Amino acid sequence: MTAAEQQQASCAERTVVADAACTFCGCVCDDIELVVQGDRIVEARNACVLGKAWFLSHAAAHRPACLIDGQPAPVEEGIERAARILVQARYPLVYGLSDTTCEAQRKAVAIADWLGGTVDTTTSVCHGPSGMAFQSVGEVTATLGEIRHRADLVIYWGGNPAESHPRHFTRYTLMPRGLFVPRGRKDRFCVVVDVRRTKSAAAADLFIRIAPRRDFEALWTLRALVKGVTLDAACVEAQTGVPLDTWQQLAQRMKQARFGVLFFGMGLTMTRGKHLNSEALLALARDLNQWTRFVAKPVRGHGNVTGADNVVAWTTGYPFGVNFSRGYPRFNPGEYTAADILARGEADAALIVSADPMSNFSEPARRHLARIPYIALDPQETPTTRQAAVAFAPAVYGIHTGGTVYRMDDVPIPLRPALESPNPSDEAVLSALEQRVRQLRHGR
Amino acid sequence: MADDFLSQPINRATAVRPTFVLIAGRTAAQGCGISEGKAGETYTAETTRLQMAPEDLERLGLRPGDRVRLASAAGQAEAVVAAARPGELPPGVLFIAYGDVSSRLMGADTHGSGMPDSKGLDVTVEKLG
Repeated sequence: MTAAEQQQASCAERTVVADAACTFCGCVCDDIELVVQGDRIVEARNACVLGKAWFLSHAAAHRPACLIDGQPAPVEEGIERAARILVQARYPLVYGLSDTTCEAQRKAVAIADWLGGTVDTTTSVCHGPSGMAFQSVGEVTATLGEIRHRADLVIYWGGNPAESHPRHFTRYTLMPRGLFVPRGRKDRFCVVVDVRRTKSAAAADLFIRIAPRRDFEALWTLRALVKGVTLDAACVEAQTGVPLDTWQQLAQRMKQARFGVLFFGMGLTMTRGKHLNSEALLALARDLNQWTRFVAKPVRGHGNVTGADNVVAWTTGYPFGVNFSRGYPRFNPGEYTAADILARGEADAALIVSADPMSNFSEPARRHLARIPYIALDPQETPTTRQAAVAFAPAVYGIHTGGTVYRMDDVPIPLRPALESPNPSDEAVLSALEQRVRQLRHGR
Repeated sequence: MADDFLSQPINRATAVRPTFVLIAGRTAAQGCGISEGKAGETYTAETTRLQMAPEDLERLGLRPGDRVRLASAAGQAEAVVAAARPGELPPGVLFIAYGDVSSRLMGADTHGSGMPDSKGLDVTVEKLG
């Protein structure tokens, strides 16, 4: 075969998977065109830089489906070893879940339930404090579609979507022409509030740099101004790092908007104040509905972290940090959340699903995790999989397997896989594990 | 805050200055590095790159590429200094992408929330080598 014929044959093998969904971040963009050649994705059209890296890198990953103590082993043996580790534990922890399908998440919750253990998701170290704030304040909310068609004032607070969610501006919030904002960007005003002048600030009409760790004070300043409370200018500037006049203008603009939205990132939840910061922002959005329509949305990171919130909530009644040791679900952040359970040295075994606490947790938590037997599921090798007693490398959701994920605005989206994998899915591994745990623990 | 920070004395022998505020966060390179593999060059380089305001670099006698030791109340870690884009960071504020370095500086206490303080950490910077 000549080189030209080879090239022609190669081109003929290309297929396109239309409307695939990207599961790297919470945008879950479902307009991706994947060009498949053989067993590889060679192009991810419409995807952002993060989406391209996701599709092109993960499709190439082929690791042994199961490792026991670092050695390749049959999946069935891994299931048996994993089940025995979990049923022999007195306080097992199931953690992660934000990068897998809702179907797999259900199985993980069921495992924690059968074990009488604890299930927590990466939400607890993401927007978990916002989840606590939702319970105390409520959430005036909207879908990204509604925001796309209606929002004329878009505020980002403590987040940097230009780097973390690159298509947020172009697909949902700033650039699209909407039903009630027909000129797109020209009909919208964008404000970025942050301690850093991030790349997102370049997309804004107004950037407000607040002093570090002063989000709570700044948000309560706005709440007061919206309510018409007179404030001391010197005090406000000292507390927030921003002149009162700037806050007054912003408060006025918020009240005059036809449809405003406050997107907030982990600048609020990871900083001192945490759920109180999120509460202040949610309350501000609620207050503004006395004058206009205003909503608030957390910008979610992982591809199906919102699904994890939904699945854990609809199966247990609580969104994360749920304990089953009394035979019924109990919720208490700080007590039943993974970062605390591990740092206090309480868990004696763990099942880690699509998360990397060995990279992301505090040193005491990491030290304890390294001391106990645990099972890890992750398509990629990570510091967590390296030290696992049993490590499964399941097929990648959204690339090799279908299923359902939730976009950051709680809209469920079906996945359209482009490739086949010799490795089982998360759902298959967790289904088999659930069955074996049930047999060992309950004899059925 | 910036004025307070700049008025603090500098120990030029060690380039030690207390009360920097460290912000950890996402970057596009860090995100790509996660997909490419955490053992890869993209992720490793991005998560060990400490961004600092050019004014701070100058005042501390540091150059881009210098290695420093960051220390918080919870722990310490080494990083490589880089100049932040002009205007991105005010004096006294540092930025690093989420990763092993930022996690080592994070305390275990979540104040009953499940979330340790991960942003806005008080740290010191000490030049190495």
